[in-house]
Amino acid sequence: MFSEAKLNKVKEIIARYPQGKQKSALLPVLHLAQEEFGGWLSAETMDYVASLLQITPIEVYEVATFYSMFNMKPVGKYVFEVCHTGPCMLRGSDNIVDYIKKKLDINVGETTKDGLFTLKTVECLGACGYAPMMQLGKHFREHLTPERVDEIINECRVNAN
Amino acid sequence: MGRKLLLDKAHIENIRYYDVYRANGGYESAEKALKMTPELVLDEVKKSGLRGRGGAGFPTGMKWSFIAKPEGVPRYLVCNADESEPGTFKDRYLMEFLPHLLIEGLLISSYTLGANSCYIYIRGEYAWIPDILEEAIADAKKNGWLGKNIQGTGFDLEIYVQRGAGAYICGEETALIESLEGKRGNPRIKPPFPAIKGLWDCPTVVNNVETLAAIVPILRIGGEEYAKYGTGKSTGTKLISACGNINKPGVYEIEMNISVEEFIYSEEYCGGIANGKRLKACIPGGSSVPIVPANLLLKTAKGETRMMTYESLSDGGFATGTMMGSGGFIVLDEDQCIVKNTLTFARFYHHESCGQCSPCREGTGWMERVLKNIEKGKGKMSDIDLLWDIQRKIEGNTICPLGDAAAWPVAAAIRHFRDEFEWHVLNPEESQVRNFGLAHYADPLEIAAPAAV
Repeated sequence: MFSEAKLNKVKEIIARYPQGKQKSALLPVLHLAQEEFGGWLSAETMDYVASLLQITPIEVYEVATFYSMFNMKPVGKYVFEVCHTGPCMLRGSDNIVDYIKKKLDINVGETTKDGLFTLKTVECLGACGYAPMMQLGKHFREHLTPERVDEIINECRVNAN
Repeated sequence: MGRKLLLDKAHIENIRYYDVYRANGGYESAEKALKMTPELVLDEVKKSGLRGRGGAGFPTGMKWSFIAKPEGVPRYLVCNADESEPGTFKDRYLMEFLPHLLIEGLLISSYTLGANSCYIYIRGEYAWIPDILEEAIADAKKNGWLGKNIQGTGFDLEIYVQRGAGAYICGEETALIESLEGKRGNPRIKPPFPAIKGLWDCPTVVNNVETLAAIVPILRIGGEEYAKYGTGKSTGTKLISACGNINKPGVYEIEMNISVEEFIYSEEYCGGIANGKRLKACIPGGSSVPIVPANLLLKTAKGETRMMTYESLSDGGFATGTMMGSGGFIVLDEDQCIVKNTLTFARFYHHESCGQCSPCREGTGWMERVLKNIEKGKGKMSDIDLLWDIQRKIEGNTICPLGDAAAWPVAAAIRHFRDEFEWHVLNPEESQVRNFGLAHYADPLEIAAPAAV
């Protein structure tokens, strides 16, 4: 269940659309729910969102599974989403992915045993001029090098404690 | 220095904030427009010759004139900030650093179209930008540029920011509208076009961020003056996001009257190929447009200088030319592998296909698998013809242009670099340890030679 403040945020989002078009709030509310409930969307979470927007659960499932930013299973506390599309590949994103794999001892799509890190490869994030890069939470980390990756991993470990 | 219209004030410290923007001539175009009739503003936009900056290059004034105006039905302006075409990152720059330029453009455009609600649909991954935009919207509202009875004109406007959630297809205008309605981003069959039946079945115009920002300088200097910038039907300036193996990747505003050679090699723009390497190939308009080898990039097949304009870049059609597209300018140096580059794009389109149309849903995955085999040294000669055959069967056989966008990069790669694909097939082991290199692609252009050491 959302807090009072989050419920007010939901109301505010619904008010952006004409009367009866509250389904339009689905993507923003799913983003809120994913942030609030552990970084992924469980069936319960999606059912809850459906009830908030007065739409059927299937309308939420089909949308949540369509968009790649919604996680359908639990992920680590920090998700490294490394871009590997053409422009990043040209600037060495493969090496960055390999380096993270070795460093964290996981494969792409896996989470470290301590539940801290998940590694994903993703398609173009619109930071081609600052490649190689990854998304980490709300922000982009650009001009990646092995040294920069080390710093980011340390930073996450420090923040997690 | 090339003349600038969008980024001319980008260097001013804190231009992102209302007070600084206003003190530097901000909202003067809006002031001017609100004193004109919507019809007169539309005339200025038509005279400017502005073409959609998202990739298709459709004349903006004409698009606006198609909007239906039935009595008592709301009209909507939707700003397409879903920027997802690989190689493209120009709209991000505008929104991050010049949010008020976009808001001013949205205000003038909404006024012209008679829209009282405007939605900015921004790609979900640009997760920090909605905060910047919402702060700017709040400041604009506080100063009477949004809300009720704007500047005493009786015109009302609200702007809302909506985040997508990671789907390239939502950059296609009807998929974007579906997504804004809280659905999967499945493109609609056209007609009806959004101008007649768009968001919630109401008349809607969807324009790219850069297009809407360009409305501001058009009103400032007038449509006729704007049309004097650039060349022929490529009027005005264009933002180019340059990336790949160049010395100075970044977002550049160019007047559409410079050559491709100047853009790549001058210090004002890309600063030449990185690490003293030679130019091999370029994809000048985002991943969807045809890749061209160096020898066709700098000069057309007729031997004329290739210019950074819609017409010159597409000179020669797909046989020897390419497209301006979104301005996502991707440069490949001599060490890059065309097969691998093509594979990443095929994988991208497979990942991003919405799955509605079978030629695209099945074909993009098929192309990815065949390309992966060739790249891994497990391909057959017949695979190259198979790839050609698959892309032919996708192109033109889908509801939306994603099918074409997936087919073109594969077609162009085979058309211009077939020898490299064949080399991969014939040298399965060698191709795993080194790249094919340049062959004849850089000849006979002296400019493509390595920088003097």
